[in-house]
Amino acid sequence: MVASSSSLKLQDLIQEIREAKTQAQEREVIQKECAHIRASFRDGDPLHRHRQLAKLLYVHMLGYPAHFGQMECLKLIASPRFTDKRVGYLGAMLLLDERQDAHLLITNSIKNDLSQGIQAVQGLALCTLSATGSAEMCRDLATEVEKLLLQPSAYVRKKAVLTAVHMIRKVPELSNIFLPPCAQLLHEHHHGVLLGTITLITELCERSPAALKHFRKMVPQLVHILRTLVTTGYSTEHSISGVSDPFLQVQILRLLRILGRNHEESSETMNDLLAQVATNTDTSRNAGNAVLFETVLTIMDIRSAAGLRVLAVNILGRFLLNNDRNIRYVALTSLLRLVQSDHSAVQRHRPTVVECLREPDGSLSRRALELSLALVNSSNVRAMTQELQGFLESCPPDLQADCASGILLAAERFAPTKRWHIDTTLRVLMTAGTHVRDDAVANLTQLIGGAQELHAYSVRRLYSALAEDISQQPLVQVAAWCIGEYGDLLLEGSCEETEPLQVEEEEVLALLERVLQSHMSLPATRGYALTALMKLSTRLHGDNNRIRQVVSVYGSCLDVELQQRAVEYNTLFRKYDHMRAAILEKIPLVERGGSQADEEAKESKETAQLSEAAPVPTEPQASKLLDLLDLLDGPSGDAQHPPPLDPTPGGALIHLLNLPCAPPPPAPIPNLKVFEREGLQLNLSFVRPPGTPTLLLITVTATNTSGGDVTHFICQAAVPKSFQLQLQAPSGDTVPAQGGLPTTQLLRILNPKKAPLRLKLRLTYNHFGQSVQEIFEVNNLPVETWQ
Amino acid sequence: MGQRTLSPDHSSSRYASLYFCCAVENQDNELLTLEIVHRYVEMLDKYFGNVCELDIIFNFEKAYFILDEFIIGGEIQETSKKSAVKAIEDSDMLQEVSTQFLMPREKMMVVL
Repeated sequence: MVASSSSLKLQDLIQEIREAKTQAQEREVIQKECAHIRASFRDGDPLHRHRQLAKLLYVHMLGYPAHFGQMECLKLIASPRFTDKRVGYLGAMLLLDERQDAHLLITNSIKNDLSQGIQAVQGLALCTLSATGSAEMCRDLATEVEKLLLQPSAYVRKKAVLTAVHMIRKVPELSNIFLPPCAQLLHEHHHGVLLGTITLITELCERSPAALKHFRKMVPQLVHILRTLVTTGYSTEHSISGVSDPFLQVQILRLLRILGRNHEESSETMNDLLAQVATNTDTSRNAGNAVLFETVLTIMDIRSAAGLRVLAVNILGRFLLNNDRNIRYVALTSLLRLVQSDHSAVQRHRPTVVECLREPDGSLSRRALELSLALVNSSNVRAMTQELQGFLESCPPDLQADCASGILLAAERFAPTKRWHIDTTLRVLMTAGTHVRDDAVANLTQLIGGAQELHAYSVRRLYSALAEDISQQPLVQVAAWCIGEYGDLLLEGSCEETEPLQVEEEEVLALLERVLQSHMSLPATRGYALTALMKLSTRLHGDNNRIRQVVSVYGSCLDVELQQRAVEYNTLFRKYDHMRAAILEKIPLVERGGSQADEEAKESKETAQLSEAAPVPTEPQASKLLDLLDLLDGPSGDAQHPPPLDPTPGGALIHLLNLPCAPPPPAPIPNLKVFEREGLQLNLSFVRPPGTPTLLLITVTATNTSGGDVTHFICQAAVPKSFQLQLQAPSGDTVPAQGGLPTTQLLRILNPKKAPLRLKLRLTYNHFGQSVQEIFEVNNLPVETWQ
Repeated sequence: MGQRTLSPDHSSSRYASLYFCCAVENQDNELLTLEIVHRYVEMLDKYFGNVCELDIIFNFEKAYFILDEFIIGGEIQETSKKSAVKAIEDSDMLQEVSTQFLMPREKMMVVL
């Protein structure tokens, strides 16, 4: 035939394709050959069909279209020749997945081949079925496969078992068919069949709690199999580097893990075996380590004895010291999963983990970083921070953000002293300033602001840092703020904690101006610098001409924000110079709680204070501006602050004019102990919610430190006529003994006339077999409850 | 032995100029996966005798057949190198025999 004589042998085709020097050339060769193949398929040449398909499959592997070979696969599978079947089934696995229409047509061929006697053919059919069998096919052929589980040939049995696994994955209901044979199959000696059986049982247990319960009975048998394998089952053909069939060992260990999870009895049964495997496995080669790793995973997942868990963590710790990178990798990943549940055991390996920070491999150092951060606690925070900062200086950029925020978080949680906290944050900002989170600036200014004894120290350090480098924006912002606030301390000259620093006024101003003018400074940073300059006009002793000049220049700055500030400051110089000092006073400390919350909290407290007669230390107008500047200059929101007045603009102005200064938040009212008898104690706690000045909330808490429960506890209250009282339902009527959970009850009292509060309480309860009634008036009520 | 690396969803091994890549699931034991790849390479080596890249290229279908004797449906079916390779050789023999019976002329073309 003309077609076949000019078409190539497979090996020649491959050769020609490899010799092609360009993509285009390769395409040409392939297209030419595919034309021949197509013609051959059309002409229906049964002799060479397998060869043609083989060529097509090679071309398919390279990424070229091969769909026209699908029907040929079917024909080859149906052929009686083994050569045809072999290539045909391979073609089916490569070309005929579930999405193809022709897929279902192979079912019949598979069915025939499963039942005829040549095991190589049965093997092909089973293999294809488990690689591409659709749900429908699986349902059709389940019983055929079930029969093959009992075949005399181990070759067929092992493939049938794994085909069953695939069928269960596709059609879970088929579990009913494949569960019963498992018990028998578990007695197999053939490693392949046994391995498949374990896999099948694992699959069944993962899908059905009933199956899980059923197979738990086999834990002793599984333990026995593994023990035999480990102690006596050495066979060269199944072993790797002296470890008996590691594949089978790992599979059994996995199944044991699933069976022992959350089940005390099973866990106990396997405890000794796991200890044995963990201690006796040869770890000189990867195969042994693979088994050991699986053992560790199993130990950690079941209810194992504490000693065994520690052993497992120690194995992981040893893995960390292994030369093989892969083993260190799995160790780090596993320790990360365990660090919460077995914290103290993992802590013991902290030095090794820290060593792993120096790994050149990025995926390892990343895991080491995560693990290191998880291991920081109050006793090791200094040492760990030191290591992590070293890491921060040299780590790849994609890890810098995580490392920086990790260090800052750890510092916040475990800082031994404020100075250490400031130093640490400073160092992070200097090393990785561009990668820190947005709130780092706010947090640091908050921190510094609150540590009065460290103001001088902070401003000096920040000044030195700023003088060296004005590019790290968060650092520049904090430094500018600090210099503005505490500039006078900077010039004073002496501070024991840092090296002596002689700074001239002109130098400070020059530095701030540099920041203002630098192209590296963000608009927000410039804002900080401008305000800082302004504040310095009151802190420094020289004349303010230089500052006035800078401020007036920025009055025509293109940036609207800066322009606004500059204009306001200018006005301050020109028209309100007599108030400048008061306005630019040091900021009182803002309450913790996030910048936005601070703004809102301050605003709501101002409204609450409206009806209070709060003292007014400065003139109304100056204080109005003081508020404005206060909210502008606060650490919480220079760059993008909301309008500094609260939501009702008209009302706010009135507030500010009448009671202008930012009042301190109301002090909490102290609790009051009102009753005690034989271990039963009653405490009152008071809250005056801001925004509702006539409302008082009292929480009555009953605690019982005696040996007997207090039951049927009822508390009633009475108040004078002008008051309104509302009792809410108590949390319970039993106060358990020995300091158990206290009962609470809320009282709402409205006092519109602001009369002095009087409160009478009536208690009835049973205690130590006696019923008790007590009536009394509460004395020593603090004045804050009604004033 | 080749160079081997692990990562969250695949493992790869490098043997001289050959790279082997294997997709794994979450619960798979990565260290064992490396052993699986190595076992497969050993099977290829035993079958071809000192396997090299060209052996696999020019006998790609054999590479598939050998893999199918080692792994089915993503799970290991045979842990004995000897048994797996013997199964391939038996199948090769069957191929030859069947062609002998049916098409004497085609004996030459057993190697595709």
